[in-house]
Amino acid sequence: MSETSKVAPHSLEGAEIATRRRIKNSMATLAMACAFLMAATPLLLMSLTVVVKGIGVVVSADWWSQPIPGDVGRVDLAGNTTMCDLGFGDPATCAGQGGITTTVKGMQPAIVGTLLTVVGASMLAVPLGVMGAVYLNEYGKSGRIARTVRFMTEVMVGVPSVVMGVFIYSIWVVKFGTAGKSAFAASLALACLMLPIIVRSTEEMLRLVPDSLREASAALGTRTWLTTIKVVVPAAIAGIVSGCLLAVARAAGETAPVVFTIGFVTTTNWSFSGQNTTLSAQIYSQLQNGGNVATQLAWGSAVTLVLIVLVLTLSARFVTRRFALG
Amino acid sequence: MTDIASTSDSLLSAGGSHARADRIFRLGALASGLVVLIILGLIVVSTSIDAWPAFSELGTDYFFGTTWSPSEGLFGILPLVFGTIVVSAIATVLAVPVSVGIALFVTEVSTKRVGSAVNLTVDLLAAVPSVVFGLWGFYQLVPVFQPVLNSIAGLVSGIPVLRSIFGQSSGVGFMTAGTVLALMITPIVTSVSREVFMTVPHNDRLGALALGATRWEMITGVVLPHSSAGLTGAVLLGLGRAMGETVAVALLIGASPHISANLFGRGEAMPSQIFRSLSEASGTFRASLFGLGVCLFFITVLINMVARRVVAVADRRLKGA
Repeated sequence: MSETSKVAPHSLEGAEIATRRRIKNSMATLAMACAFLMAATPLLLMSLTVVVKGIGVVVSADWWSQPIPGDVGRVDLAGNTTMCDLGFGDPATCAGQGGITTTVKGMQPAIVGTLLTVVGASMLAVPLGVMGAVYLNEYGKSGRIARTVRFMTEVMVGVPSVVMGVFIYSIWVVKFGTAGKSAFAASLALACLMLPIIVRSTEEMLRLVPDSLREASAALGTRTWLTTIKVVVPAAIAGIVSGCLLAVARAAGETAPVVFTIGFVTTTNWSFSGQNTTLSAQIYSQLQNGGNVATQLAWGSAVTLVLIVLVLTLSARFVTRRFALG
Repeated sequence: MTDIASTSDSLLSAGGSHARADRIFRLGALASGLVVLIILGLIVVSTSIDAWPAFSELGTDYFFGTTWSPSEGLFGILPLVFGTIVVSAIATVLAVPVSVGIALFVTEVSTKRVGSAVNLTVDLLAAVPSVVFGLWGFYQLVPVFQPVLNSIAGLVSGIPVLRSIFGQSSGVGFMTAGTVLALMITPIVTSVSREVFMTVPHNDRLGALALGATRWEMITGVVLPHSSAGLTGAVLLGLGRAMGETVAVALLIGASPHISANLFGRGEAMPSQIFRSLSEASGTFRASLFGLGVCLFFITVLINMVARRVVAVADRRLKGA
């Protein structure tokens, strides 16, 4: 307390805070605020870049209704005479020569593929995940099986998505060959990814339901299963839906497990069987292709994908806010 | 509470369709819960069987070989393990201070309204798909990083050890991939740290402040010592996440499997190599890639188990105190 001469006159604590300590405190506060800026600035820059670069192709009707331009997808030299035809070259000089301007930039196959895989994965993972959580919270509680399942669920959340892809590749594509590559196989991989997330979030929500509700139901002579279906799950439904939406958002953005299991197409495939493609897979493969058209397709896919993920994430927050447990 | 089910059972007396429905429902729920264990078991068995040729034929050459060159038939995974460790270490070192800072800002400094805006931002960062990070990094960050990294390399070119650690860069490489990866793991480290800080008893904070501590002294004297175990867990969870990240790293690391001290240079990581090659690989190459998947699975499962244990033990100790 060597610098007690400098007293903060009316500080909140009414204590004497030496200048050096006060400066240290302010610096630390500043550093914490800067930490936030270090995370927020890249997010802002990234969102701006994605929107600015991708919005051009996304706002046209072609984007949502046309197949993916195949010549760009494979960069097939046969029949293409100029760099402009291939999607390379300077847009300004190519503008008069067809090529870039005439290429119809569509992404319908990937949009359909993303929806199919995500819906398929949800149909597999949501019922299993919710039922698994019901077991943990309503039946197993702190028994040995429930404790093991709970711990392994936590561990499974941390298993990398690429491992899920390798697993489905091993049990599905290796067994059935290229014919096994399909939206269904990708759904299986994404379902493995979503399952532990759903179990964990649903169990947390079920735990929030007050025991008095269960007791009231039991006092009327209701069995546990009916209490669960009619009382507990409805009471927690907002949280359960929100957790599932977040899991779906996570799955929609995944690339690694999808790329090996889904194959590649440039035309729309509405079926769960047969090769397909997704927005995330398109971003990766168009980026590998390079060239002006492919780059535009990649940024456009990024905008579309971010839009889908954002809608899912924000609606999860909305559901929690709007219908949360009183 | 645990007795309610049995009490209502006895009230209704044994038998009846409801008792059977309850049994079926219970079995269905149990089966769904066990699916998690079954999937984990299948992952181990199925990928290990496919990886077996690599493990048995290559043996120690596989686990301790220092050259990964599929075209020459050399499958030593050490360069890939090295790449994975370097990239995730860079990511963790960069992400942890920032994440802890954000978590402290939310729990100790900001008002509730500002705090929820910060939380929303972090959640949005978590929602951005990995491939979008990769795309942005590839087109926007690499051109910026190349001159910056090279000028740093120029600055230290006269200093013996630093010269080899911070060498020339072509834009892509360990440092670029690690930086983007740091952004990607910031949300999980932040949210776990935030939860850890929120378990610190409020009275301890008030006690420190009442003794005349500044906020920063309160944080270093009360909040951080109280949270050390929980923070270890948060760091490990971030590390586990970083090791498994695939697409963004695949796009930014440079696809050049070799062991080198140059953090600015190109490299290759385990998930990226699987991602790049699995679809086209066959024979020993494919088995080696499955083997990488098995190794990655066990490494990340181990890290996550330790992390969860550390957090759980810390929780129990705090509740007991």
